[in-house]
Amino acid sequence: MIRFLVGRLAMAVPTLIIISIAVFLMMRAIPGDPATAMLGDLATPEMIARLKARMGLDQPLPVQYFVWLGDILTGDFGRSISTGDLVLPLMLERFQISALIVVTAVFLASAVAIPLGMFAAWRQGSAWDLSTVAVSTFLLSLPSFWLGLIILMIFGLRLGWFPVLGTIGMSEGGWTKIAALIMPVLTLLLIEMGAILRMIRASTIEVLRQEYITHARAKGLSEWTVMWRHAFRNAFAPTWTLIGLILGALLGGIAVVETVFTIPGLGRLLVQAIYTRDYPVVQGCILMIAVTYVLLNLLIDMLYPVFDPKVAR
Amino acid sequence: MNILSRMGIGGWIGGAVALALVVLAVAGSWIAPHDPVALDLRARFAAPGTAGHLLGADEFGRDILSRLIYGARVSILIAIFTVMQAMLVGLTLGILAGYFRGWTDRVISVLNDSALAFPGLLLALGIMAVVGASATAMVIALGFAFAPAVVRVTRATVMSIREKEFVEASRVIGNAEGITMWRHVMPNCIAPLTVLATGMFGWVILAESALSFLGLGVPPPAPSWGNMLAAARPFIQDAPFLIVLPGICISVTLLGVNLLGDALRDIMDPRMQK
Repeated sequence: MIRFLVGRLAMAVPTLIIISIAVFLMMRAIPGDPATAMLGDLATPEMIARLKARMGLDQPLPVQYFVWLGDILTGDFGRSISTGDLVLPLMLERFQISALIVVTAVFLASAVAIPLGMFAAWRQGSAWDLSTVAVSTFLLSLPSFWLGLIILMIFGLRLGWFPVLGTIGMSEGGWTKIAALIMPVLTLLLIEMGAILRMIRASTIEVLRQEYITHARAKGLSEWTVMWRHAFRNAFAPTWTLIGLILGALLGGIAVVETVFTIPGLGRLLVQAIYTRDYPVVQGCILMIAVTYVLLNLLIDMLYPVFDPKVAR
Repeated sequence: MNILSRMGIGGWIGGAVALALVVLAVAGSWIAPHDPVALDLRARFAAPGTAGHLLGADEFGRDILSRLIYGARVSILIAIFTVMQAMLVGLTLGILAGYFRGWTDRVISVLNDSALAFPGLLLALGIMAVVGASATAMVIALGFAFAPAVVRVTRATVMSIREKEFVEASRVIGNAEGITMWRHVMPNCIAPLTVLATGMFGWVILAESALSFLGLGVPPPAPSWGNMLAAARPFIQDAPFLIVLPGICISVTLLGVNLLGDALRDIMDPRMQK
């Protein structure tokens, strides 16, 4: 058990190092150097040279990397070029909003999809099962930003239940703030329900074919006990991994949904920074999302033995 | 053909959608009634059904039907080139890693796992941030974002194939490593990779439309389904059809590709058969 956990932890370290190198190189690969970009058109060569020396850009690349890494590890992500704000507090503030949306949506999607999917598997081939498959295939084919726009059109504009501009709703606090988050959560919930339904149904069907299920039934256990105690425990493990992947993928793709509902989250921050070529913010956001993704999958893997005792040894 | 009879309804629907898309991509310029970027200011926001503009016109009076058809073409071409690039890069690295093992494998696997640690869209966003938005940049960005999945599948397949007797036999009779790989190892990767490529085709279309929606994909005025949605966002109240139509195109495409992918997987993956 301990060896499994330590081994898994050790695997994450090279990944994190490579990610940091990739992000560092990505930012150095931008055409034109950052000093020239920051000073604009009116800069004289002397000004550029002075800023370069101050930013350490005249040092060899590996030296620059370690200086940069040292800054990042001490929480110094620099300042935004366009607003002058410190990048780290800005990201943390935006991250809270994105994380709240993503985690709520995935939690609710799992809570709805897991019982529905297991029921479909239990009645495999029935009308209920077929409609579950149809609905999940349909949901998987909807782009989140389009579903978001349709939801916005119906619930925000036609019915007027929720604020159409998230930014304004978010700034008010209280019920208005919650109302502003309902539509993005609903959008992601529906999309991810499709994936989770499909996975839990497939793995439950797989499990129900096993001999120990037949054995449990032959012992005269009630169907409820068979499904809950024997089928669920074994069918849930792959779904658990999928949930981890979904959480990460959503963090990477949250920008589109935040754009639809004008929610000031981390994804929106990243996209806007890309538009304005605010590279310290771009770099910070990419690094933060990638590291969160790695740590999240690490956490999911480390909790895996809880759900699948076969792994823990 | 045996495969055709085993496709099932879903597979047929998916195949039909895929075929229709290919026709649109190849013959789009002959089918489209108008030039997709031609302005017709008298037809601004013309509703679907207007004479001359079957599916209506956008805020510049550009014909929606023509833009959707050209958009299909853009999406399909980007998806084809992206999948090809991902396959080429992924297959090469995957075979090298799976076949030679040892240090080659270790280096490729560590780098590959790190690439997989980036959510696909984030990697693409990062690359687009560096090189700027264009169709070519998007193919390169998405191609790199999706290659790691190909590496992983290829490597796993090669690992299981290389221990088989026929590979050993090819080596024993004195074939060069390159020939053994090309003739005996690679053909066995085709089935799992076909399934992966079909799924990937759908992901790429989704990623492309998402990036274009964010304004980081196909630059306007060239039409793509994603940037049509982005352009229509301000007019959501007055011209909802501008939002509904491109979305339906993306969804139908994804649905078709997903159904085709499922059908192919059922046919090619022996574990799924009863």
